[in-house]
Amino acid sequence: MALSKLDNLYRQVILDHSAHPHHHGHLQQATNQIELRNPTCGDVLQVEVALADNKISDIAFSGDGCTISQASASMMTDAVLGKTPAEAEEMVQVFSEMIIGDQPKLDTTILGDAAILNGVAKFPARIKCATLAWKALNNALTNGDGKGQAHLLSQHQDRDSE
Amino acid sequence: MGKSLNDVRADFPILNQQVNDESLVYLDNAATTQKPKAVVEALEHYYYHDNANVHRGVHTLAERATEKFEAAREKVRAFINARSTKEILFTRGTTTSLNWIAASYGEATIQAGDEIVISYMEHHSNLVPWQQLALRKHATLKYIKMAADGTLDMNDAKQQITAKTKIVAIAQVSNVLGVVNPVKALAKLAHQNGAVMIVDGAQSLPHMPVDVQQLDCDFLAFSGHKMLGPTGIGVLYAKEAILTEMPPIEYGGEMIDFVNLFDSSWTELPWKFEAGTPNIAGAIGLGAAIDYLNQFGMAAIHEHEQRLVNYVLPKLLAIDGLTVYGPHDPAKHTGVIAFNLDDLHPHDLATGLDMEGVAVRAGHHCAQPLMKYLNVPATARASFYLYNTKADADRLVAAIIATKEFFKNGTV
Repeated sequence: MALSKLDNLYRQVILDHSAHPHHHGHLQQATNQIELRNPTCGDVLQVEVALADNKISDIAFSGDGCTISQASASMMTDAVLGKTPAEAEEMVQVFSEMIIGDQPKLDTTILGDAAILNGVAKFPARIKCATLAWKALNNALTNGDGKGQAHLLSQHQDRDSE
Repeated sequence: MGKSLNDVRADFPILNQQVNDESLVYLDNAATTQKPKAVVEALEHYYYHDNANVHRGVHTLAERATEKFEAAREKVRAFINARSTKEILFTRGTTTSLNWIAASYGEATIQAGDEIVISYMEHHSNLVPWQQLALRKHATLKYIKMAADGTLDMNDAKQQITAKTKIVAIAQVSNVLGVVNPVKALAKLAHQNGAVMIVDGAQSLPHMPVDVQQLDCDFLAFSGHKMLGPTGIGVLYAKEAILTEMPPIEYGGEMIDFVNLFDSSWTELPWKFEAGTPNIAGAIGLGAAIDYLNQFGMAAIHEHEQRLVNYVLPKLLAIDGLTVYGPHDPAKHTGVIAFNLDDLHPHDLATGLDMEGVAVRAGHHCAQPLMKYLNVPATARASFYLYNTKADADRLVAAIIATKEFFKNGTV
């Protein structure tokens, strides 16, 4: 049965993260925040980051999305908490390379649970779902001024079509 | 009419393939349809034997290309029972057709304070052009509500359409809810109030008989690729009296009569609106698609699809946790069926179905205001056509159940 291939995409740890996401909700005091949309599927994802002493001292995400996008967001928050923005950017880079099937320059173990999303590379239609949270983090860190003023930006990730 | 719908699948070679180790069940026909050999062969024959530019050559190939291009226009005219080929404009598709109406008719007639009436179930292509026109002109955009079962609320239509209304633009068939809207009654209502009636026929023309004289609509827009034709070709029908008054949208070759240094005059209908070299092969391909559909007759195609809906809709409604949007009465539902399974995101559902060889759409179907109205971020959508069978319907139902089990247990 071809459905058995789904096991490669929906590993148990992915289903667990999606069903019980970590850092889901809102921060009291976000320094950087962003909302990203994936117009083709209707996904909306908000990522809020609190930066202190050049470290991600707290992080949260919220919004609607599929199993892959919710699990990826949950795994992303676990992975980058306590990291410097530069380290987080590096992880975004490793994740992006892994998810399109390239061999990342750095070991994917730095991604924690998110490394298991490498199976998504075999499902091209779902790569956008997995990358949404990481793009949001990237934009939040590069567009936020990091000085206590929240930024709310909406950026279309993809085109809309019938 | 003639040819039987029982064995059309052999005419569609693309359907005979394995996807993810399963035989393909193509149920994304509301997005685009597959092409029969007759259409592909018409395109091939045109490029191999007749290719030339139209309306401007004296040589034999130019004559032949022009003749075939204009013959396709006549096929479209007969297909929708327009009075004259002057009323048939070739466009890029439904979106272009609707944008042309807004850019030309809308721009010339809408004034501040006028009303444009649409519905919550419109596709973005029959919504954004009117929204933007209303913004440009300081006109009012109004929405007709839906009844609880997803059908258009005609009592609300009578409230929304007033003496201030200049345009009523409604889809004949919703690309999400699968309902058929009473566009003939809406046209009457529009005319009683001095407004024009624009019908988005993208989801109706491929599936049922449509007669523009019987509907008495002023405009009708549809696409070739959703009715077995090639992509990049569509039609705008409008009453001749309207087109005569309407200013051209694009200027250039083919649409002119005389060009002077500081002014020009336009050629006659329908070419006044067709500036530049048209999609000649696309029009010929669309003509071949119409010939193909006419072998069965649109009434027979409609009956075939309704038989499938009668068969599959109760089976879908019987799946625990499955929500079907739009009417649950098969008599009120076309072959476009949108659904969600429990809390599972439609993208996860569609990936599961794809692994079982079943191709469906998942997303907001270019109808974000409708998704908001239904209070869902997105839905999955299966849509049937003349080549689908009860076996396809069974595969859809089985694949949904298997996917449901997978996500319940976390494995197969």
